[in-house]
Amino acid sequence: MGFLVFKGGIHPADKKELSADKKITETIKPPKVIIPLSQHIGAPCKPVVTINQEIKKGELIGEATGFVSAPVHSSVSGKVISIIEIPNIMGRMVTSVVVENDFKDEWTLLKDNPDYMKLSPDEIKEKIKNAGIVGMGGATFPAIVKLSPPKEKPIDTVIINGSECEPYLTGDYRLMIEKPSEIIEGLKIIMKVLGVSNGFIGIEDNKPLAIESLKKAVINSEGINIKVCSLRTRYPQGAEKMLIKAITGREVPPRALPMDVKVVVHNAGTANAIYEAVRFGKPLIDRVVTVSGEGIREPKNLLVKIGTPISHLIEECGGLKENAVKVISGGPMMGFAIASLDMPVTKGTSGITVLTEKEIVHTEKFRPCIKCGRCIDACPMGLMPSMLSVYSERGFFEGAKEYNLFDCFECGCCTYVCPSKRPIVHLIRLAKTQVKP
Amino acid sequence: MDKENNHSKSFIVSVSPHIRSDESTGRIMWSVSASLLPAVIMGAYYFGPRAIFALALCIVSSVFFEFLYLKILKKDITINDGSAFLTGLLLGMNLPASVPFYIPVAGSFFAIIITKQLFGGLGYNIFNPALIGRAFLLVSFPKLMTAWTEPSPAFIKIDAITTATPLGILKEEGYTKLIEIFGDKANLYSHLLYGNRAGCIGETSAIALLLGAAFLFYRRYITWHIPLTFIGTAALIAWIFGGNSGLFSGDPLLHILSGGMMLGAFFMATDYVTSPSMKSGQVLFGIGCGFLTMLIRLKGGYPEGVMFAILIMNCFSPLIDRGFKSKIFGAVKKK
Repeated sequence: MGFLVFKGGIHPADKKELSADKKITETIKPPKVIIPLSQHIGAPCKPVVTINQEIKKGELIGEATGFVSAPVHSSVSGKVISIIEIPNIMGRMVTSVVVENDFKDEWTLLKDNPDYMKLSPDEIKEKIKNAGIVGMGGATFPAIVKLSPPKEKPIDTVIINGSECEPYLTGDYRLMIEKPSEIIEGLKIIMKVLGVSNGFIGIEDNKPLAIESLKKAVINSEGINIKVCSLRTRYPQGAEKMLIKAITGREVPPRALPMDVKVVVHNAGTANAIYEAVRFGKPLIDRVVTVSGEGIREPKNLLVKIGTPISHLIEECGGLKENAVKVISGGPMMGFAIASLDMPVTKGTSGITVLTEKEIVHTEKFRPCIKCGRCIDACPMGLMPSMLSVYSERGFFEGAKEYNLFDCFECGCCTYVCPSKRPIVHLIRLAKTQVKP
Repeated sequence: MDKENNHSKSFIVSVSPHIRSDESTGRIMWSVSASLLPAVIMGAYYFGPRAIFALALCIVSSVFFEFLYLKILKKDITINDGSAFLTGLLLGMNLPASVPFYIPVAGSFFAIIITKQLFGGLGYNIFNPALIGRAFLLVSFPKLMTAWTEPSPAFIKIDAITTATPLGILKEEGYTKLIEIFGDKANLYSHLLYGNRAGCIGETSAIALLLGAAFLFYRRYITWHIPLTFIGTAALIAWIFGGNSGLFSGDPLLHILSGGMMLGAFFMATDYVTSPSMKSGQVLFGIGCGFLTMLIRLKGGYPEGVMFAILIMNCFSPLIDRGFKSKIFGAVKKK
């Protein structure tokens, strides 16, 4: 121990005070939900329901079509009214099932199994796989894949990511305060599946209540080696590679995965979902979403059914303020600005951030790079964003590749600090589409 | 009601990140200009109204030339980003107070039009504009540019007396004579610290310059990498090779405090555009500046070498940037 830091990073105002003290509350039931069949990285699901079919809450509606895929379930009971194509936050069209809510809340069979820790790793994995659990921090990588490392890659450490380093977002924070034992149980399940005896929970030190809450929960669960780590608050502490570096001192090599340094990382929300799936057989049909930002009347942390339109959440939070100009799915550093509030909440929606003119810097006119080197100091990956942006701006995409273009994970630190207001991440994304890795 | 509202509203859609720090090019330039204020005040105090006149003329003509060029080429007028102001200010601080009016104007023209704009404007110039402006003036008007006047605190004497700079005396008449003129070592150092000595308007007061530099360090606009290696290398060479009685008999403090060392190391060599971006490259850049400065001071024809040293190292900045790349996260095993 004693590392707790990584190189680079930034200190944006975290703005978490807007919603940090708001308890997680359930949203009013939506009259209909739109459930995309691709809410994860990997192959989209195949629909297994037909129009007019009556379905129950938790019933399978999309079947996984590969190893890197995750099934999708209905979040309400009711009737399938249509199967449509809607754009996702990236702008790609995704087949989605629209279910009309009958407000009966009829579950498919849920079964409490208090002896879940006696299940074999394979039985546990089967339950997690069937529950359609994906990484809930936003990357939406199917959880089962991380829990099934190839034999030649042994794992010795599991880390639960409770950093939540994006400004405004407080969903994981609330979850850690309100459901600490569930998260610990989730961690224990993961550790059992992977046969690992070292468990860590990494939380930034701007969340003392969450640290305290989890430390208490750890004391209550005897006989297991779990450590709660207070990490220095600095964005992007919650990025997998930075988190691993801070907690274990290990650096994941370029293009490699955490499992290459014997580590598996899961988000706090994912740990909770894994617990619910393994103990109760509950599929992933709801999640905590922070609705916050200066442009929303009453910021809240909501428990939302997957497929609920974002407009429904906004209304629940008192609506938009007059000066709201940008709605982001996720946080302001890595989230996606959305054009329409009709879009549904998906498994990866960690928050809805509404910004006003004040927070938005109009960047239509940016200035030339003055080579101040701030982006180089801020880059947690040790890249030279200034060079990448200049190469991309000039169309020399091959040159950008030589500056390790594909090691950029688009955390946005460079763009945040740039005094010339250059859209560096934008230019890097452009370059990534123009050359092959 | 709200629902209607939400659906009819159109939102800004753009790529993340959606928030920015409030740092800007303009804020940096104006802050650096402000940090030079103590040295400007000391310059005005010692060299009188002519110094103020030269400084003002440099600033006005630099900003004017920038405006003119951008206007003629129908580009966005960006004079309020402070970069032309700063160039003019630095050029003025690098002139003797006695210069006639056309010197600041010609220097500004060369700095802004030739060195900066013709190379592509802010961010694209290879050389520090203010220093090229001064180099141009020095080789074109050598007499005017080395007509040093005796400092005359608080405007006491109107007619300035011409004299030589400490480095000039050192070059022409030697160290013993220099100490003789100033009385003793302590007196010499104190004159150099406060700025009560002949030299360019803004370079003489080491204390005032250090005060400004401290502000820049505090705001993290500059780091130690260039100034410290620059001054350190120069001091080391001055100590080893600068003396009359063999190796290790030089006076490093004299070399650090005199000439344009303070102004150059903290405010000119640290110019973002013309210095390397990587900290490791900056160290090499600083060492090069220090070495070249002392080479010129001890072996060259000019008494002072800071300007040419920085300009020569400016040429190497792009090359240094190519050689010193950042270390990629996780790339431990790479050669």
